[in-house]
Amino acid sequence: MRAALLAAALLLGSIAVAPAYAADDEAEMPHETWSFSGPFGTFDRAAAQRGFQVYKEVCSNCHSMKEAYYRNLDGIGLSEEQVKAIAASVSVPTINDDGEPAERPALPSDHFRSPYPNEKAARAALNGALPPDLSVIVKARQGGPDYVYGILTGYADAPATMKMGSGMYYNKMYPGHQIGMPQPLQADQVEYSDGTKATVEQEAHDVVTFLTYIANPEMEQRKRAGVKIILFLAMLTGVTYAVKRRVWSDVH
Amino acid sequence: MAGLHKSDVKNPVLNWIDTRLPIITMMNKEYAVFPTPKNFNYFWNFGALATVALMLMIVTGVFLAMNYTPDGGMAFDSVERIMRDVNYGWLLRYAHANGASMFFMVVYIHIFRGLYYGSYKTPRELLWMLGVVILLLMMATAFMGYVLPWGQMSFWGATVITNLFSAFPIVGGPIVTWLWGGFAVGDPTLHRFFSLHYLLPFVILAVVFLHVAALHITGSNNPLGIDVKSPQDTLPFHPYYTVKDSVGLCVFLMVWAGFVFFAPNFFGDPDNYIQANPLQTPSEIVPEWYLLPFYAILRSVPNKLGGVCMMFGAILVLFVLPWLDTSPVRSAKFRPLYRIFFWVLAVACVALAAVGAHRPEGLWVVLGRVATTYYFLHFLVILPLLGKIERPLPLPESISQPVVPRGGGPLPTAATAKPMEKP
Repeated sequence: MRAALLAAALLLGSIAVAPAYAADDEAEMPHETWSFSGPFGTFDRAAAQRGFQVYKEVCSNCHSMKEAYYRNLDGIGLSEEQVKAIAASVSVPTINDDGEPAERPALPSDHFRSPYPNEKAARAALNGALPPDLSVIVKARQGGPDYVYGILTGYADAPATMKMGSGMYYNKMYPGHQIGMPQPLQADQVEYSDGTKATVEQEAHDVVTFLTYIANPEMEQRKRAGVKIILFLAMLTGVTYAVKRRVWSDVH
Repeated sequence: MAGLHKSDVKNPVLNWIDTRLPIITMMNKEYAVFPTPKNFNYFWNFGALATVALMLMIVTGVFLAMNYTPDGGMAFDSVERIMRDVNYGWLLRYAHANGASMFFMVVYIHIFRGLYYGSYKTPRELLWMLGVVILLLMMATAFMGYVLPWGQMSFWGATVITNLFSAFPIVGGPIVTWLWGGFAVGDPTLHRFFSLHYLLPFVILAVVFLHVAALHITGSNNPLGIDVKSPQDTLPFHPYYTVKDSVGLCVFLMVWAGFVFFAPNFFGDPDNYIQANPLQTPSEIVPEWYLLPFYAILRSVPNKLGGVCMMFGAILVLFVLPWLDTSPVRSAKFRPLYRIFFWVLAVACVALAAVGAHRPEGLWVVLGRVATTYYFLHFLVILPLLGKIERPLPLPESISQPVVPRGGGPLPTAATAKPMEKP
């Protein structure tokens, strides 16, 4: 009885607290099927690699991803040579031996290069807007991957009744529906080398898989360890409970 | 009187130590043979669980501090560096971040257990008050720890909470400037919060020591809420309660691990993965779940100073709880009316948490005010009166004879029971 009341209170509490964190927006959160969800989820390597291509050819023109390293690309199934080659194709700022600012080819240990040297440069080039950094974007938005997917696929013509600000675009997912980013993904915007048809939905799905990996490069290792630890603790609980019963058997 | 301790320890080296510093004798007395009521239920696990949580928080925190930089321009990046570059840094950070929630969870259960079974009543008043001090220190520590990642919610949470002090007339403004170390939350604030966040857990540890010391003077309360009458009512702490606490500990660690490995950001706010930006206020500033009830009380009062006073009052009232509750009966098991009010209080606290998580508009304002009013009524009016009105159920003779005798006479077996050697 007491336990039931407690459980009911906890349940009520969690229900009552939960909606506070939901977006106040009417737009419905999409419910995509992700390879990485669930306790045994892993990153779909092919999708993540296609997503990297989308990031490289589209997103990275405006968005930084400064917390991630080129070496992180090994986690989406690229070989060491491929990662080195990708890094080397980018030049990053450095100081040369004469103390002058210069550029050098990036190494796998370098952070992803940002498209603009600083915030002001980005704002100056982009109509005053600052594209958010993508390193942890999936963790930084309520709804995570579904929300980012919703933004990327949420572009539509503005309803006639809505007055759009100058340089703003209508997006079903975005809070307030006016977003400064023009629709980034179009059908066949990228050409996938594996023959996958590059629809907007496919591109969005792929790049969100990639960005989720970049936000959680430890995820597969974490979940693998977690399964073992939970199993171990479950067994330990059983053994400890048996010992407890044994120890207490002489108490009346 | 000075003099060497007469030690019973057989090992000559340990005996030499124990003679001069009797810690082995003390540990044996306080943890091994310590007489403990034999009728604890699993709610008596939570003190031990809280201690373990504190230890794990300190250990993970020490290693995090080795890799963290408390600088406004570098803190956010240094946390990401811990997540990506430090070996098992993600494990340290997720264990620590979720550990705060786990710690509060077990402490809140521990507190409500105390409320239900009347553990705050004489002679355990000071024990209870030390516990309230621990709760206050935990809140300060958790709040300052939440500021350290220097995300949006860190920054704006710090701004809102420190600004509370500005409600005090005359001294308010200078206090806030002094807390900030400047004229806004900034780099000096972050540095001092880091320093204090490292210091306070050790203060908590010291108060926990006092809490346990006081406990070992009065002895534990128990589900029946009656005093230990004979050695028959007790069991030595080891092995009976070491093993029972271990069962709870395994389950507790499993819950903790579940969050760390499978839902590490469950308790977190997504906004805290956005670097602090003093020019952009998040659409909603929400504290962590464990502070929500107090936040709700703060916002339920239409006057800022009044709200701040009520919020602090909500905790201060706990200090005088032992004197507000006038009933001599401890356990709610034998207090039919108190039992109802206890559950109403529990529901009110959960309701306050829900109110704290929502924008103060519409029904949430009403609910917040009703729940706040009940919270204070419960302690300030209901408990003092209840002790005078309520007719408690008959108490059992003793812990080892928990059956209430019919007709009030002593049970026949009570006289023949063999007295046990007091350990």
